[in-house]
Amino acid sequence: MRRSPRFSRWHLLLAPMALLFLLPLAQMVLTSFTANGDINRFPPRFFPSALHIGGYFRLFRDAPVARWMLNSAIVSGVAILSHLVLCSLGGYAYARLSFRGRTVGFVTLLATIMIPTQMLMIPTYFMFSKLGLINTLGAAFVPFLTSAFGVFLMRQFFLSLPRELEEAGRIDGLSTLGVLVRIVLPLARPALATLAVFTLLNSWNDLLWPLIAINNPKSFTIQLGLLNFQGAHHVDWQELMACNVVATAPLVLAFLFAQRQFVQTMSFSGLKG
Amino acid sequence: MRNGILISDHQRARGRAAGRRQALDHSRARRRRRWAADLTGWSFAGPATGVVIGLTLFPAGWAFLISREHWNGIAAPRQIGWDNYRTMVQDPDFRSAVDHTVLFTLLYVPVVLVLGMLIATALNRRIRFIAFYRTALFVPMVVSAAATGVLANFVFDPQFGLADNVLRALHLPRQGFLADPHQVMWVIALIYLWSDLAFSVIVYLAALQDVPKDVLEAARMDGATRWQQFRHVVIPTLAPVTVFVGVWETISVLQIFELVLTTTHGGPLGASQTVVYFIYNQAFRLSRYGYGSAAAYTLFAATLIITLGMLAYSKRGKVGAF
Repeated sequence: MRRSPRFSRWHLLLAPMALLFLLPLAQMVLTSFTANGDINRFPPRFFPSALHIGGYFRLFRDAPVARWMLNSAIVSGVAILSHLVLCSLGGYAYARLSFRGRTVGFVTLLATIMIPTQMLMIPTYFMFSKLGLINTLGAAFVPFLTSAFGVFLMRQFFLSLPRELEEAGRIDGLSTLGVLVRIVLPLARPALATLAVFTLLNSWNDLLWPLIAINNPKSFTIQLGLLNFQGAHHVDWQELMACNVVATAPLVLAFLFAQRQFVQTMSFSGLKG
Repeated sequence: MRNGILISDHQRARGRAAGRRQALDHSRARRRRRWAADLTGWSFAGPATGVVIGLTLFPAGWAFLISREHWNGIAAPRQIGWDNYRTMVQDPDFRSAVDHTVLFTLLYVPVVLVLGMLIATALNRRIRFIAFYRTALFVPMVVSAAATGVLANFVFDPQFGLADNVLRALHLPRQGFLADPHQVMWVIALIYLWSDLAFSVIVYLAALQDVPKDVLEAARMDGATRWQQFRHVVIPTLAPVTVFVGVWETISVLQIFELVLTTTHGGPLGASQTVVYFIYNQAFRLSRYGYGSAAAYTLFAATLIITLGMLAYSKRGKVGAF
């Protein structure tokens, strides 16, 4: 299809939608740079009369935001690392190795996808408390250590690879782990990237698990911190929007740099069912 | 004379014993190899499988036991059979939470399906600014529920919000938005659409790549209009994806919680209380863990039945959700 020189009617749908979707984000960023006096002015204006970064100063003074960001980074880092390792191992086993209980294990794993997480918050809370995870970052990352979807994704990818390379590796005397690490994983970079983005999105944006298990502000993730900050500072819109920008910016920037990868990840999670 | 015709009994017996010994060694080696294979297999698959089961099946089983108890989390639980479920059916709060959730689902899922398909079709064209449109429409999907909620509180603030400013500029009557019990679920649906539309668009966009180009071409040659091409070629190709997106959206919308928590806390006057918010409130605010678990199990059962029902229906109808 050639780019048509004619004006396409689809613009009439897409342009207003795009504007509608961007406006709230634009207003969030602009408000974070607008003095509160300006925000309350009537008639309201969209662009601030002057750039004002006081909101960010107040934010970092009033709340341990840097700590929350660090906590979230740790949670996502651990989650991604553990996802990559455990799902690669599990996916490889279910794709290539033959052992007793393989079918039962895999079917059980797939069946757990049907269980909604929200339903599990009560028993999980008591599990965390038995394991001593209450008020620790562990409560935020343990639920994201691995996932049935991740194992399934890696298995599907491994199944699509030709067996010959692996057999050659075996003949050269590599162990099963050696074959996986030296031969299979280097070929699996696209799947690993998808898995990493999937885990980043879920773990960074999660609110549920920290919400039920973490009360100590030092162990808040940025999402829980933002929620609590809203409760405490709901009149100071500039400061609150600054906090919102800080919480949102990392993933939005990552998205702008690697949009293709994010979109691919979403369409893969579309294959989940 | 080993290979000769005449072999003594003695020799024959010796041969049989050796064969048996060999077979024994063989099967022992085979068993050992099999054990080794099992060990390798499970040492690879075990950690992921174990963690997933520990975080899903195990608590799911536990939740069922808790749902038949009267338990405040501190004192010893008391077994009360199905009482929690009986109370729940008559609880007006639970009923209204179910009403809100069901209404939300019925309202939201068809809209997201139609809009998702429409936007995906639009984004599938090679027109000017298409990269910008894609980025603009997809970026909300990386914004967390907490940030979306906080932002929505600002956008729909009755005094300073963007929505209010727009209404004022257009000289339309001002609205309560999230503060109005009659509007609150609609506003939440709109916010959820903002953060969730990208998913269905992306899935549809991927599916549109599978629409057979030669069939479209043939239809055009036969004089089919754009709409006819869409209706008779594109939509049948999208049917399985529509079933999938429909099931997926239904499941996620039935569980809507975080957005309610960050915007209205179920208010005003309980008008936006959803089932999962009800569960959260019962368990973590009121310490009624047994009661909350009963509601959670009911939701799980309902979700499962709806999902299986939709899948079965789409299989029987062959064309999918249409």
